[in-house]
Order: sequence, then C-alpha cells, then structure tokens
Amino acid sequence: MLQAGNLEEAGSVSGDVRRELATLKVEEDIIRRAGIVCFEGEMNIAMYSQGGRIILLVADDRVELLFSDRGPGIPDIELARTPGYSTAPDWAREMGFGAGMGIPNMERQSDRMEVRSRLDGGTVIRAMFQRGKG
Amino acid sequence: MNIELKLGDVARLTEADVLAGEDQLERQVTQACAADLLSDVLALVQDEGVLLLTGCMAPQVLRIAEVLGLGGLLFVRGKRPNQSMCDYAREAGLPLLVTDFSMFEACGVLYTEGVSGAQRKRFPKDSAR
Repeated sequence: MLQAGNLEEAGSVSGDVRRELATLKVEEDIIRRAGIVCFEGEMNIAMYSQGGRIILLVADDRVELLFSDRGPGIPDIELARTPGYSTAPDWAREMGFGAGMGIPNMERQSDRMEVRSRLDGGTVIRAMFQRGKG
Repeated sequence: MNIELKLGDVARLTEADVLAGEDQLERQVTQACAADLLSDVLALVQDEGVLLLTGCMAPQVLRIAEVLGLGGLLFVRGKRPNQSMCDYAREAGLPLLVTDFSMFEACGVLYTEGVSGAQRKRFPKDSAR
C-alpha cells in the first residue's frame, strides 16, 4: 500500500520491484523498463491520489504492473496522456516533478498500457511487458 | 568522439568534492545528462552509466539514479546533499560529487572534454508516432 503524499518513501517500491525481477531472472531490458514505469506510477500515486497500491505480476510470457488508487480520478485521460500536460502542485514541481511526462513515459516504456479512471472513483493503470523477445 | 574520461577526471575538471563513491573514481564517463526536472531525466536517459548533472536535491534523485542505473551524480551550484542522502548513496554504491560550478559551466567543461549528451534509445512505439 502507498500512502498519499508520503514523499520521503515515494520511489522506493521501484527499487523493490527491480530487485524482485532480478531475483526471478527476468530479462535486463524489462527490469529497466519496469523500474522506470513503476517509479513514474508510484510518484503519480504519491503526488496526485489519496493513496493506492501496486501489484507486480511475473509470468513466463510477461511482466505486469498494476497501479490502482482511491481517487480522485483523472477528468480527461487523453489530456493526461499529452506530453507536457501536468496538473502537478507547486510542491511537486519544486521537487523536480511535473514535467508532464509521467503517463507518456510509462506508455513509451511498456509494451502495452491501459488507463482506466472514474471521477470520484479512482484510477487503474495496467502496464505490460512482453517476455521472450530476445 | 572516443574519449577516456573517468569519474575522477570529472571531479578534477569541475573542482568537485566527492561525497560518496570514492572507490569508483576509475569508472568511465562517456555520456551525461543535465536537468533539474527529474521527470525529464526519467523520460530521456536510457543507457546505463550516464552521469547526471543536477541542482535537484529531492531524495528521489537517488532513487531515480538507481532505477536508471546512473553512473554518478554531480550536484552543481554548490548544492550539497544532506547526510542521509550521502549514506543512501554509499549503500547503493552511487558516486556523489559536488561542484560550485554552475550547470552551464560544468556542462561546458565536460562537453569540451568529449563527454556526449545522453541519447535515449528508440522504443518500438516511437516509430508508430
């Protein structure tokens, strides 16, 4: 579980994910990309949501990262996917975040990604990495 | 350009103090990235071993360094990471350097010495855009 606004710890799950994937002997390229996607997703949960969780799934043919939060939801997903668009609060920008590259970068690093969101409900992002591509 | 610049050379050229990773000064530095926006670093750096020049002092800079497998961090404008950041970097085996040079000056010195800008690799989805 990730706490909202817990910035001291934000970003630490991606390290755990990298170590776990390395232990399971997942391909280097996927470890790297999944680490980046996890970090972005983790920061999004910490900065924008009211808390959430990250689930890592490792199968023979793929690795998946599932991010789910408790809201407030993304009003316009297409806008959120636009490079450079950001609703980051000032404190997040002062920390070096809020370049509007979070979701675009997650999409670029993963082989497939789905974003589903409901206002007042929450957001679920599923990022998939195909294994065995050489 | 083929160069043989090492982390120790970077420290010497930028008159930097080494706060962590003193045992890694022989490490090669061929690519560097300069940014204060960590979001941009995440989006742009793809290769392992890239040196990051930054003025960002958020603890997340160290986590990003781990995630991206950066070769080291050079803090510019005399900004000094606190003790807990230094301890974290030591544990992670990540070199930390601090220079009084501005970002512009530090980049200029390293560029002149043949360090190239970090290039991100193309991703399968890029060609579709």
